Amino acid sequence: MNWEPVIGIEVHVELETASKMFCGCAVDFEAEPNTNVCPVCLGLPGALPVPNRKAIEWITKIGLAFNCSISERSQFHRKNYFYSDQPKNYQISQFDVPVCHDGWLDVTVAGATSRIRINRAHMEEDTGKSIHVGDSGRIHSATETLLNFNRAGVPLVEIVSEADIRSAAQARAYAQDLRTVVTALGVSDAKLEEGSIRFDANVSIRPVGTEPFGTKVEVKNMNSFRSLERAVDYEIRRQEGVLESGGIVHQETRHWDEGEGVTHSMRSKEGSSDYRYFPEPDLLPIEVTDEWRDEIAATLPEMPAARALRYVALGADGDSASSLAGSEALATLFESAVEAGAPGNVVANWLTGEVTAWSRRESLDVAESALTGKHLRDLAAMVAANSLSSTAAKEVLGYVLAGEGGPAEVATAHDLVQISDSGALEEAVDEVIADNAEQFARLAGGEDKLIGFFVGLVMRVTGGKADPRAVTEILRSRIS
Amino acid sequence: MPIDIDIAHVAKLARIELSEQDMASYRAQLGVILDHAAKVQALPTEGVQPTSHPLDMVNAFRDDVVTPSLDRDEVLSQAPDATDGFFRVPPSLDNE
Repeated sequence: MNWEPVIGIEVHVELETASKMFCGCAVDFEAEPNTNVCPVCLGLPGALPVPNRKAIEWITKIGLAFNCSISERSQFHRKNYFYSDQPKNYQISQFDVPVCHDGWLDVTVAGATSRIRINRAHMEEDTGKSIHVGDSGRIHSATETLLNFNRAGVPLVEIVSEADIRSAAQARAYAQDLRTVVTALGVSDAKLEEGSIRFDANVSIRPVGTEPFGTKVEVKNMNSFRSLERAVDYEIRRQEGVLESGGIVHQETRHWDEGEGVTHSMRSKEGSSDYRYFPEPDLLPIEVTDEWRDEIAATLPEMPAARALRYVALGADGDSASSLAGSEALATLFESAVEAGAPGNVVANWLTGEVTAWSRRESLDVAESALTGKHLRDLAAMVAANSLSSTAAKEVLGYVLAGEGGPAEVATAHDLVQISDSGALEEAVDEVIADNAEQFARLAGGEDKLIGFFVGLVMRVTGGKADPRAVTEILRSRIS
Repeated sequence: MPIDIDIAHVAKLARIELSEQDMASYRAQLGVILDHAAKVQALPTEGVQPTSHPLDMVNAFRDDVVTPSLDRDEVLSQAPDATDGFFRVPPSLDNE
C-alpha cells in the first residue's frame, strides 16, 4: 500500500527578555545553578505572578510575522501535572484563547511551495532543567536527579502548526524557515543545540487518497534540523512497517536517539483532559487592542522571504538570496557591499561560499570577522580590473576574514596581485617569444594548440601573476 | 442523585492516596459540587460575556526589569536535599 505522511510541528521558543515571564528574576543561562530563583518561580505558597509586558509584545510580534490573527482578549490557564522540573505542579499556559491564532508560513521544497497553516501561538513559561545522574547518564538508569530552576518561568512561546506537512524534507524546511523568521524578529537567540528553540513532530500516516488521520505519535529530542528530518523519516517508515505487518500504531511519545538513528517509546500520552486546565485565577485577562497591535506591527523588520526577493533583484541567485536573507550578518555585509557599488552576484557567491565556509571552519559568527562591505566592494573592483584572478580573490578573502587587513594590502603582502599593466605583460610575452622562436613560428603557421604552451610559459615567467586572458590576447596580436 | 465521579482517577492525578472509605466520602462530596456546577451550567447565558475573573480589569503587567533573586543557600536550606547548588530529588523518569 502507498502511505501518505501527515505531520504537524510544535515549536517552543524561549524569549530573550531580560527578566522571566511572571517575576523579576534574570533570564541568564550562564548563571550558577539556582541563583535566579524567587518565590514566584519556585512556586512558594502565596507568591503571585505578574506578566512581563515585553513578552506579550514579543509573542504578538511573532504572531504577526506568521500572519496570525491576534486575540483581542486572551487568558492564562493552569496546566496541571507533576514533574520535578515544574515546582508549582502546574504550568501557566494558555488553553482555549491563545494570544495568536490562524496564521501560516509558506515553505518551499525542491521548487514547490506549500502553505503550512499555523493553528496558534500561545504564551507559557518554561520548566527548570534536570540533570539525571546515573551510571550511563541515561534517564532510565538514573540514580538521582539534580534540579536547576534558573530556567523555570522563562517566557516560552509555543507555535503549533496544523497537520499540513507531508514529508520529512518539508518538516525540516518548515522548521528552518520558522527559525529564520524568529531570529530576524530579534526575540530569541533560537539556538537548537542550546534548546532555546525546540521542535517536536506529530507524525501519522494514512493510505494515499484517504481523509481520516492515522494514530499520531509525538517525536521529541531532535536537536538539529538534520536530526528532525531523520527522526520524522524514521518514524514514517516505522509506522509503515507496523501497519504493513498488520500491527497497530499506538498513540505515544517517542524519543529520537541520534546515535542509533531510531525512536524509542517514552510513555503513553495523557489525554488533554488529564491536565485539568482551568483559568489561572491569579492573572487577569490579556487585552491586545488594535492600537497596541498596530504599534507592535510597526516594529516588525523586513521578513526573510521578502528580503530574499529583494536580493534576487540585486543580482543574487535564488538559493544564495535565501541564505543571505536568513543570516543577519551575511545580509548586512551583502547590503553594504552592494550599496558601495559591488556587483550583487559576485558578492552573494563569496558570502554564501568562502565566507560561510570560513565561519563554519573557525566556528565564528561572520559578524565577528574583520570583513566589511567596503572590503567586498574593493575586492570585486580588483577582480573587475584584472588585478586579481578569481582564484586569488578567494585567497585574499580568507586573509581579510582573518583580520590581516584590506584586500589591496593583503593581496600585495601575499604577492597575489596580477600584472594588469599591459606594458609589463607585453614585455614578458615578447621575451618568451624570443626564447622560443621555433615554436612561435609553428604557432604562427597555424599550429594553434601551441597557444597553451606559450600562455603557460608566460605564467611561469610572471610567477603566476599574469591574467591568462590578457596573455592570450597579446599572443594573438603578435601572430597577426 | 449526585453526578458520578471517577474518584480513583482524580486521586491518582492529584497523587493522593485514599482508602476505600475516603473515596466513598469524597465521591459523595465532590458529586454535590458537580451537581451545583451543572445547575450553573444549565442557566441561560446567551448574550452574557464569559467571565474568567471576578475583577473587571485587564493587563496588569510589569516592565521587563530584573529584580534581585533569593539567596541560594537560604533557598536550598528549605529543601529536603541539595548538593552543589542543585536541588536533589529521587530519579524522575516521566509523568508516570
